[in-house]
This record gives sequence, structure tokens and C-alpha cells, in this order.
Amino acid sequence: MKSLKKQRRIQVIALTVVALVVATGLIGYAMRDGINFFRSPSQVVAEPPAASEVFRIGGLVEEGSIVRGQGETVRFSVTDGGASVAVSYTGVLPDLFSENEGMVGTGRYVNGVFEASEILAKHDETYMPKEVVDALKEQGVYKEPEGS
Amino acid sequence: MSIWEYANPKKFLTTSERVLPVLWVLAGVLCAVGLIWGFFFTPDDYRQGASVKIMFVHVPAAFIAINAWFMMLVASLIWVIRRHHVSALAAKAAAPVGVVMTLIALITGALWGHQIWGTWWVWDPRLTSFLVLFLFYLGYIALWSAIEDPDTAADLTSILCLVGSVFAVLSRYAVLFWNQGLHQGASLSLDKEENVADAFSNPLYVCMAGFGFLFLVLVLYRTGTEIRARRIRALMMRERMDA
Repeated sequence: MKSLKKQRRIQVIALTVVALVVATGLIGYAMRDGINFFRSPSQVVAEPPAASEVFRIGGLVEEGSIVRGQGETVRFSVTDGGASVAVSYTGVLPDLFSENEGMVGTGRYVNGVFEASEILAKHDETYMPKEVVDALKEQGVYKEPEGS
Repeated sequence: MSIWEYANPKKFLTTSERVLPVLWVLAGVLCAVGLIWGFFFTPDDYRQGASVKIMFVHVPAAFIAINAWFMMLVASLIWVIRRHHVSALAAKAAAPVGVVMTLIALITGALWGHQIWGTWWVWDPRLTSFLVLFLFYLGYIALWSAIEDPDTAADLTSILCLVGSVFAVLSRYAVLFWNQGLHQGASLSLDKEENVADAFSNPLYVCMAGFGFLFLVLVLYRTGTEIRARRIRALMMRERMDA
């Protein structure tokens, strides 16, 4: 850089920026499925992965779908509005896990059921004081925020 | 009067010495008010309970971690194009502050994630690019001390800073490009509807302003130290030549 004139230094920087942006864009576009953390139920239904593939599925826990069976096994459906996939999971669920809340599960898709080995709760970007929500619920005007 | 006058080390030192006491007070008061307000005088969240309070450290730290890199990028570009030494030293001085903020954001994020998500860490696009940004900070600091000649070091670290900006941008906007990640989107935004109740967002804004001033103070202070260190080195070299 030291021997270059100012004009040439600006040109070098501009070229570097263009190259970086193009490279990042191409890599990000080519690897978007790998970079995305989970698949949506619609994607899973449209293209069911092989029973041997371990992947993540994410969406909202469908209302009224949670069935707590014998022992620690829990069954529920995960939905993204378009499609819904049945999930079965044995283990301890995170505190935030409940109906109409986001979740991300790791596991395999076997015979139309997603057998999860790990369930994470996905928090959306809504923050509200507990007292406010309790008061709204008491008045019966509380609306569940749209989860992401 | 042009802004480039402050590229003169002497002018930079006298001006920063004059404004630093005021900035110290501002940073201290805003941080103290914001954190005390956030930790002790905010209600619990309806789902997260008291874990929401981690936000008052995590969000400002991540905010500074990412913006510190952009500040280093601007300072590096000014160095490469206009050859002002103070600018290169300001970028050098900001890196250790930025890396500490990144570490704070990573640790508080892991604590929050363990509580809310049920895991300390996941390879989500946003988290991953933020970890890469942390590694870039370490590499940047290492590169500065690995090269003997200060001008060459400033040139090469400038290029490293430019490349690392990819991950600074991704840490903030990965949520937009790859929307199927675990990390939630931006809670605070200027154009969208408000997702965060005022009870949480007001102290959060104070904390962010406090962290911002803290960053400014530390960078001005450290840049002054770098200028003096360089001056001492020049004096010692001259002495050795005379002897």
C-alpha cells in the first residue's frame, strides 16, 4: 500500500469491497440450506428426508396438540401455518415450551412422525411485563402474540 | 476548520483531554442508572421471568461489539486512503475494547440461552457469525503485534478489518438473510412496531447509551496512550542514534 498513489489505494479498496460482497453473496446463496438452522414443516412435508437423516425442524407448537403419554414421552404437532408434522419426544422439555410457542427439535423423520432427540424453545422478540399480561388476561382481552 | 485537524496527534490529545472528564461522567452515570434501573426496578417478563434482565447487559454489549468493528473499519479506511496515523491508532485502540464486549455478549447470551432455549450454544447463523467476529478480533490484535513495522501493520490490519466486516454485518443481519435460525430477530427497531414493552426498552436505551459512551471514553483514552507510546519509541530511537 505504501508505494501506491492515493487514487490507486481507493481503487484497490473499492475492488476488494466488490469482491468480498460478491463472494459472501455467492457462498451465502449456495449454502443457504446448510446455514439455515432448521427446516419448516412445509419443507419437510414437501421433501420428506430419509429416515436415516438427522435434521432440525422448527415452528409453532399447534394448539391443543400436546399429548403427554405414559412415562416421559410427549407427542405434539409442529406447524408453520401451511403444513403440520407430528413430533414425539422423550425427555425434559424447556420451561418455555407450550402451545403456540416456537420450538426447534433435532431428530429423524420416520414414517410420518418426527422422532426428536432434543427440543429447544424458540423465543420470539416480544417482551412484556408479567403483571400487564396477567391484568389483560383477567379482563379477557389478552391476545397471544404471533410467534415467529 | 476541518475535521482533519484532529488527525494532528497534538490537537487530538489536547482536545480529547478536554472532553474526556465530561465523557467519563456521562458514561458512568448512564451505565449506573441503566443497569440499576434494569436489574432492580423492572418487572419480570411474562414468559422469561427474571431472565429478561440479562438483556440489559447482552444487548448493549453486542451492540458495541458489532459497531466497534464498523468504527475500526472507518478508521482503517481513513488510514489507508488519507494516511493519518491517529486514525490507524484509533482502530488499534478500539480492538481490545471490542473483543471484551464480544466476549461479554457471548457469555451473557449463553447464560440466557441455557435458561430460555434449553442450550448453552447452537450453530445458528447469527451466533456462528458472532463467534467468527470474536475470532477476527483476536486475529486483528495478534496481527498488530506480529508485524514490526507500524505502517505495514496498519496496512495489513486494515485489510483484515475489511474482511472481518463481512461477519460484523452478518452478526446483525443474518436473521434477515437466513430466517430459519434460533436467535430471535431485532427486538428494538426504529421502523417496525414495538415488540418490547416500555418498561424494558427504556432502561435498555439508557444502558446502550451508557455502553456507547464507555466505548468512546475507552477508545479516546487508549488512542492517547498509543500516540504517547509511539512518541516515546521515536524519542528512544533518536537517543540511540545520537549516542
